[in-house]
Amino acid sequence: MPIQVEHLTHTYLPGSPFSATAIHDITLTIEDGEFVGILGHTGSGKTTLVQHLNGLLKPTEGRVVIDGKDITRKGVSLLDVRRQVGLVFQYPEYQLFEETVAKDVAFGPKNMGLSKPEIDERVRWAIGQVGLEYEAVAECSPFELSGGQMRRVAIAGVLAMRPKTLILDEPTAGLDPRGRRSILGMISRLHAENHMTVLMVSHNMDDIASLATRLVVMSKGELIMTGVPREVFRQREILRAVGLGVPQGAELCHRLREAGYPVPEGLYTLSEARDAILRLAGRAVPDAETAAPRASETDPGVASSGTGAASAKAGEPAAAGPSADAPPAGDAPRAPETDPAGQPPAPDAPLSPAAPGKEANA
Amino acid sequence: MLKDITLGQYMPGNSVVHRLDPRTKIILTTVYIAMIFLVSSPVWYVVPLLYVTLAARVAGLSFRQMLKSVKPLRVLLILTFVLNLFFSGGTTVWVRWGILAVTREGVLLAVHFSMRLIFLVLGTSILTLTTSPVALSDGIEILLRPLRVVHFPAHELAMMMTIALRFIPTLIEETDKIMKAQQARGADFESGNLIARAKAMVPLLVPLFVSAFRRAGELAMAMEARCYHGGEGRTRLRILRFTREDAQASAVSLLALAVVIAGRALL
Repeated sequence: MPIQVEHLTHTYLPGSPFSATAIHDITLTIEDGEFVGILGHTGSGKTTLVQHLNGLLKPTEGRVVIDGKDITRKGVSLLDVRRQVGLVFQYPEYQLFEETVAKDVAFGPKNMGLSKPEIDERVRWAIGQVGLEYEAVAECSPFELSGGQMRRVAIAGVLAMRPKTLILDEPTAGLDPRGRRSILGMISRLHAENHMTVLMVSHNMDDIASLATRLVVMSKGELIMTGVPREVFRQREILRAVGLGVPQGAELCHRLREAGYPVPEGLYTLSEARDAILRLAGRAVPDAETAAPRASETDPGVASSGTGAASAKAGEPAAAGPSADAPPAGDAPRAPETDPAGQPPAPDAPLSPAAPGKEANA
Repeated sequence: MLKDITLGQYMPGNSVVHRLDPRTKIILTTVYIAMIFLVSSPVWYVVPLLYVTLAARVAGLSFRQMLKSVKPLRVLLILTFVLNLFFSGGTTVWVRWGILAVTREGVLLAVHFSMRLIFLVLGTSILTLTTSPVALSDGIEILLRPLRVVHFPAHELAMMMTIALRFIPTLIEETDKIMKAQQARGADFESGNLIARAKAMVPLLVPLFVSAFRRAGELAMAMEARCYHGGEGRTRLRILRFTREDAQASAVSLLALAVVIAGRALL
C-alpha cells in the first residue's frame, strides 16, 4: 500500500491577511514496510504534511494517492482511508474522553461499525500492544492514569483500528526518559512484528536514528533531503543550518574528527561511536578490552558536550600506555601526539573537574 | 472550517480606523447603534450604508470580509424577514394566500427590521475587525472606570474579558485539533440526525473541557507567580490618547447622526 504524495501544497486561510503556506510542492513516496522518520524544526510543516495522509486536510494543490487511489478527490470514503492510515497526534492523551480505558480504545473500531466481539478482541489486542495490562487498566478512567500511560491508551485507540500504516506525530514529546524508551520500543515492535509501515514525525535525532529506515528532512515547508539515515546524518552542516542536529553518536564522532582523531565518517549511532572509540583506544592500548568498555558506558551523556571527555576517559589508561606500547600501530605517533600532549588540556579544562567529581560521587 | 469565524476576529492593519483610540471607537459604535435605531424608514438606511462603506474603505476591509460577519445571522435574518412580512397586519394587501397576506406595511417593516439587523452587525463588526481584543478591553476598562465609585469591578471585568478573548483562538485551535484527532479515529461530526450529531459532540467536548480547566489552572498559577493582585497600582503598556484623528472621526459620526435625526424630523 504505497503512499504517494504528489506536488502537495497547503495554504492556511488563503486570501486573508493570515494566509500562510505551510507546505510547498512536496513529492514523496512511502513504500510498504518502511519506517520513515520525518524530521524538521518546529513550524517546518511536518504536522501539516502528515494530516494530508489520511484526508484530515485537503491540499491546496497536488494530491495524495494511497494504493493507487487519489484520496483528495471528492466522494472518496475518508473512513476507509482512516482505517488504512492511523494517525496519532502530538500529545494524543488530550483526546481521551470516555469513562473507561476500554471504551475509549473501542471508539475507533466502533466508528468502523464492527461487531461487539470483534471490537472487544481488538481492544484487548491494542491495549496489549502498547504494553499495558488489559485486566489492570480496562475499567479505569483514562484520567486516573499517568501521563505516559494515557499516551499509550491514546495510541492503542488508533491501533485498535488495525491500520496498515501508522503515523505518529512527535510520540515522545514531553515524556520522561523511561516513557520515551518504552514508547519507542513499542513503535519499533509494531514495525518489526506487525509489519506496519510507520511514519514518525520528530525533531529528536536520537529517537529517529535508532529506528528509521529512511529519513525525510523538511524546512520551511519544503522537503530538503531524503535518504537512509547514514546518508542524511552525514550532512551535519545542512541539518544544523535548518535548526536540527545529528544524533549524539554522529556528533561525538564529528567532534573527535575535528579534534584530530581518525574516526571514520558516516557513523551515527552511539554503539557505532563506541566501537570506533574502542578501536582508536585499542590501537594505543592493547588491554583496552577491560578498561575501555567502562569508559564508553559512562561516556554518552558527557560525550556530546565536549571533545575532551571521551579522550580523557579513554586516555586515562592510555596515559600509562604510550610509554610501553606506543610503537605498534601505524598512526600511533599521531595518537599520542594529540592525546597526552597540549591538545586535550585546553578543551578539557572546564570538564575535568566535573568528571572526577562525578566518579567520586558514584 | 473553524478558523473561518470572523465575528470578533481582529484583522491587523494600520489605517486611520485601526489607529483610532479604542475609547473613541467604542463610543462612536454606540453613536452608530443609536443612529441605526433612529432611522425611521428604509430609505434613510442610505446614511448608515454610506457610513459603513466609508469606514470599511478607510480600514481596508473587503466587501467579502464584511459579508462574512453577517453570515452567521442568516437564520435570524430570514426569520425576522418572514415573520414581519406575514404578521405585521396593515391594510394595503398586495398578495394573499389563504390566511397569509403580504401587505405594503408588512414588506416595509420586514425590510426595515432586516436592514436594522444587518447594519447593526456590519457597524459593530468594523469595531471588532479593526480593534485588537486587548485594545478593546483596555478601552472598556477606562470607560467603565468612573463606575468604580459604586464598587463596580471595572478592572476585573476587563481582565476577564481580555482573558476570555485571548483564549478564544486557543480554544478554537484546540477544538480543531481534537476534532481532527477524533476524525482520525473515524468520528463523524458532519452527518446523521440531530441526536446523532449531538452524541458525536461528546468526544469533542469532554477533552475540550478538560483542557480548558487545565489551562485555566495553569494561567491562574502563572498570574500568581507574577504577583498579579488586581488593578490597584497597575501601569499600562499602551497609554491611550485622543488625537486629531479621533476628533475627525467623531465629527463624521456626529454628522451622520445629525442627518438621520434630520431625516426623522422631516419625514
